[in-house]
Amino acid sequence: MTIEKKQQEIIEDFEIFDDWMEKYEYIIELGKDLPMIDPAKKTEDRLIPGCQSRVWLDAEVLDGKMQFTADSDAIITKGIIGLLIRVLNNEAPANVATADLHFIKDIGLQEHLSPTRANGLLSMVNKLKMAALKWSMEN
Amino acid sequence: MTEGTKKPFNVREIRNEFPALRQLVYGKNLIYFDNGATSQKPQVVLDAINRYYSKDNANIHRGVHFMSQKATTEFEEARIIIQKYLNAKKSEEVIFTKGTTDGINLVASSFGELLSAGDEIIITAMEHHSNIVPWQMLCQRKNLTLRVAPINKKGELIIEEFDKLLNSKTKLVAVTHISNTLGTINPVKDLAVKAHAVGAKILVDGAQSIQHMPIDVIDMDCDFFVFSGHKVFGPTGIGVLYGKEALLDRMPPYQGGGDMISKVTFERTTYNELPFKFEAGTPHIAGGICLGEAIKFLSGLDIVAIQKHEKELADYAQDMLDTFEDMTIIGEARKKTSVVSFSMEGVHPFDIGTLLDKQGIAVRTGHHCTQPLMDFYEIPGTVRASFAFYNTREEVDTFITAVEKSINMLR
Repeated sequence: MTIEKKQQEIIEDFEIFDDWMEKYEYIIELGKDLPMIDPAKKTEDRLIPGCQSRVWLDAEVLDGKMQFTADSDAIITKGIIGLLIRVLNNEAPANVATADLHFIKDIGLQEHLSPTRANGLLSMVNKLKMAALKWSMEN
Repeated sequence: MTEGTKKPFNVREIRNEFPALRQLVYGKNLIYFDNGATSQKPQVVLDAINRYYSKDNANIHRGVHFMSQKATTEFEEARIIIQKYLNAKKSEEVIFTKGTTDGINLVASSFGELLSAGDEIIITAMEHHSNIVPWQMLCQRKNLTLRVAPINKKGELIIEEFDKLLNSKTKLVAVTHISNTLGTINPVKDLAVKAHAVGAKILVDGAQSIQHMPIDVIDMDCDFFVFSGHKVFGPTGIGVLYGKEALLDRMPPYQGGGDMISKVTFERTTYNELPFKFEAGTPHIAGGICLGEAIKFLSGLDIVAIQKHEKELADYAQDMLDTFEDMTIIGEARKKTSVVSFSMEGVHPFDIGTLLDKQGIAVRTGHHCTQPLMDFYEIPGTVRASFAFYNTREEVDTFITAVEKSINMLR
């Protein structure tokens, strides 16, 4: 499935919620499906800066496709990075690096894009893309 | 403080004077519990901002025309209002700054020039970064020693340990009046006596206290007192440094430029007298005038009734939060007010704060610019509810229900 198709799927999933608390209940559930990072890889260099909670991200490439794993000590953060990874996993590095991740705004989570210190969504997106870009350039 | 008839305190009536409180957030009535970060503004302050820029906007201290004289008069009248509120001897002792952080940096830079290698500065373990970093920078620059007075797990300064740090090399004690994270009220009057006994000066960070209690700089006998306008119902970008005249006179200027000079030549420049020596450039004129309005507004309220109301709110919130399993209140000093910080086992403060936000409740989460405090308590951060006199018991009830709902979702 392409990045765009996966985004559309998520947008449709979220359309059934009109209450904010229901949306976050779903995000909290999604956090439980997050592809977990190997605990041994929860090192300082894998921490995403700019988040109030701690978020670790690991990126590998298998058969030419990005494989991300992550974890966080905040559940909502886990849910949000889970959504990002759902969209970007198993995609070519070049596609990940240039993806237009409009679904975040479309599902109403645009405040998470605000560059306040509190949330690190911008940092997460940057880190995911930089990992893909680095791989693209090296290979 | 201004004497005169005080309006009897009625929280419903007071709330009506604050338009920002009357809004919906995500479809819910706003419950604003982030007063430690900034306060909302009464209509009189909002009207003053509008009036200044609509009619009275002109540069001050410089012009001969009507508008500049009017603006100058209003700005200097605001200085006098603040002087009287603080019970300072002279208006020359009231320096307008950009805020608390700016005021502390001014003292670190200017008073700091009078210090020598080997001199010591004492701060406490509960300080805000703005009352830590300027001193660290000064100590590095001038080869001074920074000493940190420890606190106990309740969030109280350990006075015996503080006493041990005082010696003849101590030149400055810099301490918060009320901790923004813990709500602890420090015994600043006693600390001033101890500082002076060894020949040291004392700076009191009043960023949190200015909103919650009457301030008397003569009774406190502090050498410096700093606060921010936006925390006491005034605008952002303006604050006050109070300093004893004799001390400010000895201190070299902080920033150079217009207004702080007497005579400028390329060979030599002489400086203006107080307070202007420390007010380079065009100040936040509207800010100063509106801060005066905010202080006037506060002076007209029954401060004793306000203090009682705020303490009752904080105590009530704390008691209710204490009933939750695995809940820890961070900061349980015997003398505290207006702030309740809490932490829950296995639940990140960011998660609780986000869900409270979606229920219309504004709190702050994280380290609150007190990272050393978080290290002391070994937590990533807290959720902080900080109250003002316009908050109500009903709001606390809604808050507690919302906390319960949030925790149930997260566990």
